[in-house]
Amino acid sequence: MSKQLPFAITLDPGTSLANHTGSWRTLKPVYLDRLPPCNNACPAGENIQGWLYHAEEGDYKKAWHLLMDDNPMPAVMGRVCYHPCEGACNRAAMDEPVAIHSVERFLGDQALKNGWMPYFDKGSTGKRVLVVGAGPSGLSAAYHLRRLGHDVTIREAGPMAGGMMRFGIPKYRLPRDVLDKEIQRIVDMGVEMQLNCKVDNIPAAFESEGFNAVFIAVGAHLAKRIDIPAHAAGKILDAASVLRDMEAGAEPPKLGRRVIIYGGGNTAMDAARTAKRLGVDEAMIVYRRSRNEMPAHDFEATEAEEEGVLIHWLRTIKQIDETTFTVEKMEIDAGGRPQPTGEFETLEADTLILALGQDVDTSFLEKVPGVVIAKDGVVDVDARMMTGYPGLFAGGDMVPSERTVTVAVGHGKKAARNIDGWLKGEAYEKSEKHQLAAFENLNTWYYDDAPASVQPGLDIIRRQTSFDEVIGDLVEDNALFEARRCLSCGNCFECDNCYGVCPDNAVKKLGPGKRFEFIYDFCKGCGLCATECPCGAIEMVAETT
Amino acid sequence: MTDQTSQPVKFYQTGTHTVGNRLLDDAKRTVQSSMDRSNAITSGHRACQGCGEALGARYALDAAMRATEGQLVAVNATGCLEVFTTPYPETSWQLPWLHSLFGNAPAVATGVAAALRVKGRKDVKVVAQGGDGGTTDIGFGCLSGMFERNDDVLYICYDNEAYMNTGVQRSSATPPAARTATTQAIGDAPGNVFGTGKNLPLIAMAHNIPYVATASVADLHDLEAKVTKAMAISGSRYIHIMVPCPLGWGSASDATISVARLAVESGLFPLFEAENGTLTKVNKIRRLVQVEGYLKMQKRFAHLFAKDGKDQDSIDAIQAMANHNIERFGLIDVDTTS
Repeated sequence: MSKQLPFAITLDPGTSLANHTGSWRTLKPVYLDRLPPCNNACPAGENIQGWLYHAEEGDYKKAWHLLMDDNPMPAVMGRVCYHPCEGACNRAAMDEPVAIHSVERFLGDQALKNGWMPYFDKGSTGKRVLVVGAGPSGLSAAYHLRRLGHDVTIREAGPMAGGMMRFGIPKYRLPRDVLDKEIQRIVDMGVEMQLNCKVDNIPAAFESEGFNAVFIAVGAHLAKRIDIPAHAAGKILDAASVLRDMEAGAEPPKLGRRVIIYGGGNTAMDAARTAKRLGVDEAMIVYRRSRNEMPAHDFEATEAEEEGVLIHWLRTIKQIDETTFTVEKMEIDAGGRPQPTGEFETLEADTLILALGQDVDTSFLEKVPGVVIAKDGVVDVDARMMTGYPGLFAGGDMVPSERTVTVAVGHGKKAARNIDGWLKGEAYEKSEKHQLAAFENLNTWYYDDAPASVQPGLDIIRRQTSFDEVIGDLVEDNALFEARRCLSCGNCFECDNCYGVCPDNAVKKLGPGKRFEFIYDFCKGCGLCATECPCGAIEMVAETT
Repeated sequence: MTDQTSQPVKFYQTGTHTVGNRLLDDAKRTVQSSMDRSNAITSGHRACQGCGEALGARYALDAAMRATEGQLVAVNATGCLEVFTTPYPETSWQLPWLHSLFGNAPAVATGVAAALRVKGRKDVKVVAQGGDGGTTDIGFGCLSGMFERNDDVLYICYDNEAYMNTGVQRSSATPPAARTATTQAIGDAPGNVFGTGKNLPLIAMAHNIPYVATASVADLHDLEAKVTKAMAISGSRYIHIMVPCPLGWGSASDATISVARLAVESGLFPLFEAENGTLTKVNKIRRLVQVEGYLKMQKRFAHLFAKDGKDQDSIDAIQAMANHNIERFGLIDVDTTS
């Protein structure tokens, strides 16, 4: 000791930093990332919480690029996806789910407006992949394969690309300029698009054309039929061809004055709403079960009814006599199945549109060795989405799954990654899923109440008479607000709570974007940080020694 | 068409009430979110796990340090805060700090302020601090004198509602029904007696000093704003901060902030400000709760929820205290539309 100490003092003042209070600890906090329920629910595997994080800052470009890592068509997706993400959103337990689809659509539209292009390596691996079908699944696979550096050719039997996005989803839900631009962006990345080009010899594509892998996604467009006794049948159409003729036909289909649409799926709703817009006086849906059992989404039925579509629930068509339809009333039994009641009534209509679902045209696969067609007419694939023929992958509506655009896009991505693995001769390893971020993991005190923003809607007269888009855009203010409603479930958003609430200063802040780390020398393991973490990104684990 | 502009954008929507917010300018974030906060009490102190007082003192002093640009002297009464930060020869304090006796912190602070005035150091400010025992009981005479003379000191009381350092004895800030070492949960009226104790923020207001406020470790934004405001005022100022004590209250160490939050949200601990003896601002309750949830989190009230019979009368009496506060301070916005 060099200097003079005061009277009765024998030691210099030292700092308490010498006292490592971390030795008191029995529980230890650790940072973790939990899987947000939106990401978990997304059939296309989008990192929704991740891109909302950038959108919250107003960095829409960065948000869009992150979105594009998983989904090549955000502007389409924001319009047509049935957003299972929102059904899973934890915010629903507080006020309303985050309107993810409207932010996605806003980002997609921003990209189209500003001409943003996705990042990708323009180089080539020299591997060639053939994609059969230019629907959502094929386009998605082509996009991801191109990003992985492979040379991709799409062959589409029809005159236009888009598949069911064009021939199944009406314009009023998906304006065609949006669809065209998002497809063109994929083509602009160097994907070769061959239209009016039917593929019927798969082995030849490998053997004589030299493709290293083939992805087939031809969809399901053979309308299902039903036998109805008819003395003299009037005009009978199927919904898929009505919707298709709206796009590719020389003129819109002639439906007469009154139309019955038979079925209760989204296609039935789309056909009825299209008929209404074509000027029919009466568009009636006849469906054998009730609203609770219908496969259509509730909002589709609601929007159809708003536009004047009449829905006859619990009815089956028993007989047709020119324009007179005899229908039988049904009732739902305990097992949820419709049962006939023996009571009949009649409806009058000029045209019957069947919307009973679609089958896959698998005739071109019959001679491909190893390919197995399942009982219900869809193609069997393994976990890699590969058929029994080595190098031949399949996805979209033609494989067993839910038939939505988003599922198809997800198939395209999954297949592309596995095709990439196949081409490299190594199996694609999926990264392990984090544990789910449940509502119970959140501390919602820290979030303010904020109900969802409402997208503007087209007025009802224009909905009944035109094919203008029904749901409007969010403006930037609203989109930003909506993005900021995200709770960031399970993933640190650098709110500084852990850093702030530690009574022992045992959390080190590493700076913007770098998150935090615990200083275990001093952490006493009180658990305040974990309890006060708003998003559930800290877990207390038992100390082992 | 739906009105597109009806929804105002809040620029800190995600995690509005959190310590920091990446969407805000640095200047608008809390002191505690800053990487260069002063950490007035540094690591290695001997406070229990989840200590509310260690947290509250750092919150208050870091805010005061920023407000005075580091020109701050702290005077400490005897108590937990003094004991756990300065076991000889170690100290956790990272600012000039002085301790004398249990009861004389206000007088010592008055002396420090006087000495600085004599030396012409107008830039240096003085904070005095103590627990509820040192403030409401032992140091009360000195404190009242400091208020009465309007000495230029901010006095902060960290209220954990008993003498925790010496083994949880009752103080005049101990709430009714609470079990302490000196108010055992036995007999006809278990725990602390109803109708005793004193409300020091109101007593401070009665001195007509420039500034009186209550604050809670559960509301950092509010606490920092009050300390910052107090540092900009000359004369005697008093801030009373509720700091739960996991040991004395028998609450979980990770529940320190949530139990403090329930004290505020139930109305038992109202947050307000008063200037020159007049109430000027009240924090409204955001999510009203009943006192029962607050009491149940603490073992010191466990006898109210005993297996052989709930003491509903006592719970009702405590609820009545909360209701009285809600009415007296206007803690809830009365809906005029219904």
